[in-house]
Amino acid sequence: MKIEKNAIPALKNIPHWFDIVSDKNGNAFTGLRAYRQLALEDFNRLGFPNKKMEKWRHTDLSASLSFDYSLATQDFNMQDVLSDVFECDVHDLESFVVNLYKGRFVFKENNLFTLPKGVIVGSLSAAFDQYPELIEKHFGKYGKTDKNAFHALNSALFLDGLFVYVPKNVIVEKPLQLINAVGASDDVLVQNRNLIVLEEGSQLTLIHCDDSYNYKRSFTNSLTEVFIGANASLDHYRLQNINNNSTLISSLVVEQERNAQLSTNSIILNGGLIRNETYTKLNGEGANASILGVYLADKNQHIDNQVFVDHAVPNCTSNELFKGILDDYARAVFNGHILVRKDAQKTLAYQNNANIILTDKAVINTKPFLEIYADDVKCSHGATVGQLDENALFYIRQRGISEDNARMLLMYAFAADVTQEIKIDSLRDRIEDMVKKRLRGELSICDQCVLQCSSPEKYNFEIDMSKI
Amino acid sequence: MAQDDKQLIQEVTQSEYKYGFVTNIETETAIKGLTEDTIRFISLKKAEPEWLLEYRLKAFAKWKEMKQPNWAQLKIPEIDFQEIIYYAAPKRKKELESLDQVDPELLDTFNKLGISLDEQKRLSGVAVDAVIDSVSVKTTFTETLSKHGIIFCSFSEAVKNHPDLVKKYLGMAVPPSDNFFAALNTAVFSDGSFCFIPKGVRSPMELSTYFRINAANTGQFERTLIIADEGSYVSYMEGCTAPQRDENQLHAAVVEIIAMKDAEVKYSTVQNWYPGDKNGRGGIFNFVTKRGICKGDHSKISWTQVETGSAITWKYPSCILSGDNSIGEFYSVAVTNNHQQADTGSKMIHLGKNTKSTIISKGISAGQSQNSYRGLVKMTKRATNSRNFSQCDSLLLGDKCGAHTFPYIEGANKSSIIEHEATTSKISEDQLFYCQQRGINQESAVGLIVNGYAKEVLNKLPMEFAVEAQKLLSISLEGSVG
Repeated sequence: MKIEKNAIPALKNIPHWFDIVSDKNGNAFTGLRAYRQLALEDFNRLGFPNKKMEKWRHTDLSASLSFDYSLATQDFNMQDVLSDVFECDVHDLESFVVNLYKGRFVFKENNLFTLPKGVIVGSLSAAFDQYPELIEKHFGKYGKTDKNAFHALNSALFLDGLFVYVPKNVIVEKPLQLINAVGASDDVLVQNRNLIVLEEGSQLTLIHCDDSYNYKRSFTNSLTEVFIGANASLDHYRLQNINNNSTLISSLVVEQERNAQLSTNSIILNGGLIRNETYTKLNGEGANASILGVYLADKNQHIDNQVFVDHAVPNCTSNELFKGILDDYARAVFNGHILVRKDAQKTLAYQNNANIILTDKAVINTKPFLEIYADDVKCSHGATVGQLDENALFYIRQRGISEDNARMLLMYAFAADVTQEIKIDSLRDRIEDMVKKRLRGELSICDQCVLQCSSPEKYNFEIDMSKI
Repeated sequence: MAQDDKQLIQEVTQSEYKYGFVTNIETETAIKGLTEDTIRFISLKKAEPEWLLEYRLKAFAKWKEMKQPNWAQLKIPEIDFQEIIYYAAPKRKKELESLDQVDPELLDTFNKLGISLDEQKRLSGVAVDAVIDSVSVKTTFTETLSKHGIIFCSFSEAVKNHPDLVKKYLGMAVPPSDNFFAALNTAVFSDGSFCFIPKGVRSPMELSTYFRINAANTGQFERTLIIADEGSYVSYMEGCTAPQRDENQLHAAVVEIIAMKDAEVKYSTVQNWYPGDKNGRGGIFNFVTKRGICKGDHSKISWTQVETGSAITWKYPSCILSGDNSIGEFYSVAVTNNHQQADTGSKMIHLGKNTKSTIISKGISAGQSQNSYRGLVKMTKRATNSRNFSQCDSLLLGDKCGAHTFPYIEGANKSSIIEHEATTSKISEDQLFYCQQRGINQESAVGLIVNGYAKEVLNKLPMEFAVEAQKLLSISLEGSVG
């Protein structure tokens, strides 16, 4: 059942946006127009998801969809936003930074770079014109426009996004950082589309940040398609810190070949409504997916994590760990689904979701599913909902640590199971610090940008250095 | 209880199955199809009061608006609800002259279950020279029970003799509009059992035995209502380990349990309906709604089930823990082989303070079967300091079967703890090897290991059934390895 069309203001603009978007982008790329058209038809058929759908039972989009969003279709004067957006940088983190602002690529001179060893990084819409042969093989192959309304909407309306191509056996040493920022004007609808292609034996670290740098309302629907070739490895991070007025739907769709390694870690610090969908298909023997996440939610925030791991062939392994702390009226949803297909023998799959509820108003809905059609497998899952361990609290307090600090320490340790898995030292330190701040309630909205609040001058030394 | 009584009960408990009870009622059949007239016909035949007819008709009106659920991990062939005969007084089966005429496969199963010859005859429809008069057995029981004030009778009798109780409690746990099959059952239920345990009474016997004599052939739309008043206790056993051949393809039963303050109800089921042949042809569709309400404080409801039969099982015995400090338990072993499909589990809905629930589910799938656990644990805001522990294990035998786990966990207060864990794996090669090394053949070894795996649940069954259930597990899995 669809929601009544006129109940959602955004729906009336879709045909108009579609016309603008499909005239504007990537027309050199054959098939894109037809692809968009099909996606639009799929979206019209599917409509926005509603609570009557099993996968959306506990996530209500009606409030998020009740605003009259506008799609930023025109180009910006990039110089205006540069100063705002480009400050974002993790302290000490040496990375190659790519910025998206309201779904548009932000660049100084060039929007598509060829780095040493043939690595290509830049705007997807530019890449459509320059590297159609690289894109054709993978674009639109993994997102499911016929089943997922947001994939369909994104495919019909996306304007730009990140394109990364790593050639065979190339190891990209420097992490690549994608910063998608929203803000500036109210009620912005953002449709980002990213395509990451890792050829055989290559390696990449990608940090995908979603930030809003003020309180303006926005709706972001981002779709990232990833191909990890044989023996290649992707280390992926999602850092999400958007304001409480904003909605973020972030889909990561991965296809893994033989021995391909995926490690993705979602750190969800703040957001009005965040829904992360992670799909991975283990399509070659020996592939491994490690999908981790931590979410810290308070006030009226709603955090939804959907994970689907498809064990299509034998001898693959997957590991999921999601941890959450819920305060105030926050709601969280976890829906993990492991599918072990027929003949996918020797599969090892593990799934765990642990939650701490701090108030009687917070709600958690967790559904760790296992669907298994092969016999020689070891699959297990666990889910817990509970509180801080009273014994542990007592132990710490007995040693002279105040109750507040003891609680903080335990919550921090709870989240650390996920944060300590971050492989980049500077990023890990930064995130751990932010988790601490978040737990103390110090990570205020004005520090929206994960990266802005990392600028060192914002710290005040307790000792007045001038007097020494 | 006097020694004699005990002995008598003992005797009867052990013989109940051997000497069957075949009612010889003339067959009266309602016309095919489901309309208001069918319901009026059923109600008239059973001489029901006006309110019950109204109740049925209301449920029927609701049912017409409902759609058959399709969310379960089941492939259900289309059921034509207009092709079913909704009222047939039990048919007397054609009697066979000797066991030689019985399907040898069935006899083989009986022997393995350790069922005596006489009993074999009864179960397969061979004429038996009755030694014990069933009616007198029934009378003895009725006397013992009525001495304690326990009402235990068929649903129809209860409607006649205790209309107030029926009216008060019917639909309390499973309202007519609860789900598609419950609505169907409410509209057309044929008969079933009614049980009322008065204040402070501890039922002197397992109600199973009597039930099995009394309520055999209650038809495909069975209705059971159990009410345990303050401080009472009853253990109730439904079903039978012996294979049941039944002509009715669709079974949609409803079981309701209401436990008042300090009351405890233990409900055990062994379900072994015809699962269809090796190629998945035929077999019973078993769509059951079972729910208990722990209405009073400190009450307890415990479900134990061994599911080995039926082509399709759709069954979620549930507990609504509304009284403070109440306890809900669910222990299940579900075995599927060949082309069987099972989607079963439990719902634990915590409403009261300090409520506790336990779910232990053991699924075993073999052949080309599909076996799913689907459950819900819900802690409402009011259910402070509540506790749940769920464990769902699946065992896979063979590479063509499937085992699935769909737990739904909803926590909404800060003082409750919910724990869920599940594993899926195949039978351990090491254990098999160990057994075979000691001269146990593969099939027996599998039976042994599976029984060990399911022991936690089997232990919860009333003793005499536990033994049979163990044998049943091994038999259900025959031919699934190697």
